[in-house]
Amino acid sequence: MTVDAVIIGSGPGGSTVADVLTAAGWTVTIVEKGRNHLLDPDDLTRPAEDFSNDEIKFHNRYFLGPDPLIEPRTFRTSEADGDHSFVGEVNSVPSTVGGGGTHADGKVPRFMPDDFRLLSLLGPQPEADVADWPVSYDELEPYYAEVERSVGVAGTAGANPFAGPRSGPYPMPSGAAMYGATLSSAAAERLGYHPYAAPTAANSVPYDGRPACNNCGFCSYFGCPIHAKGDPVAMLRRAMASGRAELMAETFVSRVRLDGRRSTGVDVVGPDGAERFLAARHVVLAAGAMESPRLLLLSGLDHPVIGRYFMTHYQTIVAGGLPFRTHADRGRSVTHVHDDMIVGDTDSRAAAAEAGLPWIRGGMVEHSGAALPILEAKHYPWGAGHSGLMADSPIRARLWAFIMQGEDLPYASNRVDLDPSIRDARGFPVARITYRPGRHELAASAHFGPRLAAILTEMGAGWTAVTSSPGGGNASSPAAIPESRHNMGTVRMGTDPATSVVDPAGRLHDLDNVFVTDSSVFVTSSGYGPTLTLVALAARAAHLMAGTPPLSPHPE
Amino acid sequence: MRAGGEPGGTGGTPVWLTEDEYARLSAACDRMIPASESGPGALAAGVPDYIDGLLGAFTVDPPRIWAGGPTSGRMGGKAAFLAFHKLAPLDDLAWRMRIEGSLGLPEREFNGPVTGWQERYRLGLAALGDDFLGADPDEQETRLRSDKVFSKLLYEHVCEGMYGAPEYGGNREAIAWHAIGFAGDTQPRGWTDAEVTSP
Repeated sequence: MTVDAVIIGSGPGGSTVADVLTAAGWTVTIVEKGRNHLLDPDDLTRPAEDFSNDEIKFHNRYFLGPDPLIEPRTFRTSEADGDHSFVGEVNSVPSTVGGGGTHADGKVPRFMPDDFRLLSLLGPQPEADVADWPVSYDELEPYYAEVERSVGVAGTAGANPFAGPRSGPYPMPSGAAMYGATLSSAAAERLGYHPYAAPTAANSVPYDGRPACNNCGFCSYFGCPIHAKGDPVAMLRRAMASGRAELMAETFVSRVRLDGRRSTGVDVVGPDGAERFLAARHVVLAAGAMESPRLLLLSGLDHPVIGRYFMTHYQTIVAGGLPFRTHADRGRSVTHVHDDMIVGDTDSRAAAAEAGLPWIRGGMVEHSGAALPILEAKHYPWGAGHSGLMADSPIRARLWAFIMQGEDLPYASNRVDLDPSIRDARGFPVARITYRPGRHELAASAHFGPRLAAILTEMGAGWTAVTSSPGGGNASSPAAIPESRHNMGTVRMGTDPATSVVDPAGRLHDLDNVFVTDSSVFVTSSGYGPTLTLVALAARAAHLMAGTPPLSPHPE
Repeated sequence: MRAGGEPGGTGGTPVWLTEDEYARLSAACDRMIPASESGPGALAAGVPDYIDGLLGAFTVDPPRIWAGGPTSGRMGGKAAFLAFHKLAPLDDLAWRMRIEGSLGLPEREFNGPVTGWQERYRLGLAALGDDFLGADPDEQETRLRSDKVFSKLLYEHVCEGMYGAPEYGGNREAIAWHAIGFAGDTQPRGWTDAEVTSP
């Protein structure tokens, strides 16, 4: 049987393509290398009950995968480190049905209109290949609006003064503000910043047959036990309910088969280790910005841009100790953010000039705290003082923090390729990441870090500490590996086949029926989490494939 | 082999460690998180049982790697944490490599040999010395600190056994969560909007 499309990866991008294509009448097979803990195996239109408020399972034992013994990656900061300086867990986005949507806490901001035209707006940067996107905010807006409804996003239109224009309201109002965030937001406002309720893919009211979030506090890095997070369970359930989708979990795509300018389908390795061929009229890669370029390289494609321009977010992490309990363990992990560090001001322009750079951009700043006791316990030294520190809890119960998701510029030297020696358990070469921050990222972090600390001081913090991820130092240390899971840029989108891999519709320049619908295609990284933008691009690509228009914002 | 969900070694009947190793491990855990006026220590929380249960995870079926979902029953709902997940073939491979090591088996050595936790504990506990139990606390601490690689692994497991869900064999009756004012797993109750927003 030849399906209309085989979709590689069941995360937000692949699920969205499955949803749109099945609605248009296509048959699809979704292939996912991880396990299915998201949907009830007896009825794939219903959510499963595998997720739980369990720190050991989700933080210490790789329940969502990938397990670094089975699917390692390798890392180095530059070619000077040799073949690799680290083998293990590198920028792991879950390897499971639902992909990165399962572990994220569901902040789903749109990019700003300016994010799509940095080169025109701000000009080039030394060492980086900053470019405009071949898609504008205005072109993407109807798809942003569609996916905010299909995922289910809670937010407050107009709350962020820097946001782009919207064609309609959010489908749900914002959920409950976390106590600590109300205080840090008030402090930020007193210092002239503009915090707002983060657009979040967690239901604030019952929506789409799923309950409202009950604020359990185990959000970031956990699957949602009650499926109040819509991404991507909402899209997958609809696709399965269409009767036109098949889900193949624990199945690895090892090669996209090519015949001239077309693909005939994919080779897969099933849960029993047996290899087979899946014939398809279209092949959609939605495996993420590590695995999609890896698969293209495993398939023998040799475009020199494949794997280049790997971007994540250079995180500036600012913590403060408060003289009271902030209860960061209640609520959606992050309810408030501010974007002032993306936009910049006179001070940041002066800091750029001082660093010898034409401009610097920070990122969205997340207001959050620490909630997990095992993680806290490991931070304190062992011995006689341990139980006293845990009871007093300066770095969990009495902490508040900002994480700035600083924009990474696209550097050709930051890349994903195939490791020359390390294999996964199925025997295939793993992705190797070569990454180090550039002068821009370091200068932006150095500038904005102390300003974020000043907000925590205004909030009442008795001490503040500024760190970053990656933290620099030895290339073989895990501290050299970025903590951010916002992987982007490794299968670049553009109009010129010499400098990009996919066209503005997400189709490979060289292959008429192969598409990429994940954050690999991003041209620049913005200072925002990639999910909503990759989902909007995936919806757009699927509608272009099927020849259908975006769904009307006001259905009859 | 016991049925899945049946708690392993509670109170001195180790699942995987020898009696001598269990006693030495208990003394080491007591050095890492001793009881104080602020709260219970690792022994009262059953941390040695957590570690012994982890090293012997495959002595029960399904192995005690991932507790079930969606609720523990502590805040309502069913006591589903006790229904541990079955492992898929690659999960089984990963956790056997991690716990048992590669043991020279080609299917576990696709990237070279892997030393398992069982061997690291066996060697690490032996290196503490035959007189470790009788040594005074300062001497015990000095010996633990002399092997930074083993003590780092042990401390990570001690923290998990102290502050993880009780179904994994430690944090007995959630004693450590109570001591620090942590609610633990909150589903299906969660928190009300007022509890989220108010001081």
